[in-house]
Amino acid sequence: MSEKIELEVKELDFHYSGNVHALKKINLRAYKNSVTALIGPSGCGKTTLLRCFNRMHDLYPGNRYQGEVIFQGDNILSGGTDLINLRSRIGMVFQKPTPFPMSIFDNIAYGLKLKGVRKRAELSEKVEKALVHAVLWDEVKDKLGANAYELSGGQQQRLVIARALAVDPEVLLFDEPTSALDPISTAKIEELAAVLKKEVTIVIVTHNMQQAARISDWTGFLMLGELIEFDRTDKIFTAPSEKLTEDYVTGRFG
Amino acid sequence: MTREQIRKTEGIIALTLSTLAAFLGLFWLVFILGDVLVHGIKALKLSLFLNDPAPPGVEGGGLRNAFVGQLLITVCATLIGVPVGVLGGTFLAEYARGRRIARLISVLSDIMVSVPSIVIGTFIYAVLVRPIGHFNGWAGAVALSIIMIPVVLRTTEDMLSLVPWTLREAAFALGAPYYKVITQVVYRGAATGILTGILLSIARVAGETAPLLFTSFNNSFFSVDMKQPVASLTVTIFQYAMGPYDNWHAQAWAAAFVITVFILLLTITGRLIIKWRYK
Repeated sequence: MSEKIELEVKELDFHYSGNVHALKKINLRAYKNSVTALIGPSGCGKTTLLRCFNRMHDLYPGNRYQGEVIFQGDNILSGGTDLINLRSRIGMVFQKPTPFPMSIFDNIAYGLKLKGVRKRAELSEKVEKALVHAVLWDEVKDKLGANAYELSGGQQQRLVIARALAVDPEVLLFDEPTSALDPISTAKIEELAAVLKKEVTIVIVTHNMQQAARISDWTGFLMLGELIEFDRTDKIFTAPSEKLTEDYVTGRFG
Repeated sequence: MTREQIRKTEGIIALTLSTLAAFLGLFWLVFILGDVLVHGIKALKLSLFLNDPAPPGVEGGGLRNAFVGQLLITVCATLIGVPVGVLGGTFLAEYARGRRIARLISVLSDIMVSVPSIVIGTFIYAVLVRPIGHFNGWAGAVALSIIMIPVVLRTTEDMLSLVPWTLREAAFALGAPYYKVITQVVYRGAATGILTGILLSIARVAGETAPLLFTSFNNSFFSVDMKQPVASLTVTIFQYAMGPYDNWHAQAWAAAFVITVFILLLTITGRLIIKWRYK
């Protein structure tokens, strides 16, 4: 395989506090400048896996990782990882849009300010770039000072993507980014993902198998905390090796 | 009577009783406010705000000392009570969220809210007046701030808990440390609620008399020295209303009117903020 590996998951085990074994011996790769989709029935651990990549689980006490997630040569699960730095390199977009209670401009500038960008001109330039990138600029350029809550759900989600893009992340994690959106907004986000992968590596969790088939290059199918199959998306959807995968993608259960 | 008739009669009885109860409460409220309004406006003069008290029997004194003293004590109480309350509420809702200590402090401060204010007055008398040897303004401010703290603390805790977790996660996901998540994102989301709580807590302490009787007491002279007894409107109302002179009574009415209007304005502002925020 000639592609460069951006994230490599090796023998990953994850326990939630209370000893719930949520991920079992996961091995998976996310290739640079590709879209990797994680699919599977509810509670299979796909979101749990995604949240390992930016160590979101560390916010809650008692969660335990075992194994490795290699990101550009370093095991990000090791104790010495600088989480603040990690999270500015691996961005995340959530299921429901999460604009901050501030203006559109300040929303985008937030991550930049965290990184120490102070100059107004530089902020303006990067905010515009991020909004253009997320295909939201034309809709909001005349009201950057307006409260972000005034935007529609689909616009808010693109705002959040722009906010994540503003800090130039290397990886973007999408956690069911369109499940709260209407079909038109969903289509816009999907088009966006196809464009964005030229610059970032995308890992997306989705309930929607058509979505996975449409936008991803690689697909991982999880069930009950185990990775059943991981392969190129067209292979997963047309000629899966595992019976379980075939049953799932053809809609026989789930 | 048929079942239906019984139900109807029961409904009429319940409606009558609850309406009567509501009007009974409303009657006293209107009576008291009306009385304060009528007597207070009659006694309201500009000299009331500009002059200090005259010796008994001499006409033309005012309550400048009490207005200034009340303001001073309330402002100092706010300066002590609000930071402690907001930071304490932040601890409960953020750093100690879900831990047993948070629940314990929450319950304790709920109890604190309903402790009679005179108990707090006597407590501060024991720790800040007796050891110093005389009444002083700081003791009054501390007593009022102790009444404020549980109110502000619980409001802050509740308002912060209303901010969805996903918002915090989104800020964390951008690489923000926890204190920045709280101060830059969570506080913004809860700002109007917290501000309302602060205003209502000021309104709550501005009308307190009992804790001041034991702490800042009163001062017939103009003084802004918080280390000495400081006059306050509420204690002055108490003394003047008890006094034998007609012009004292009139001034007490006027002072009662002013403080009622002040508290009313604070409360209305608080309500307006809620309305404006959640429209």
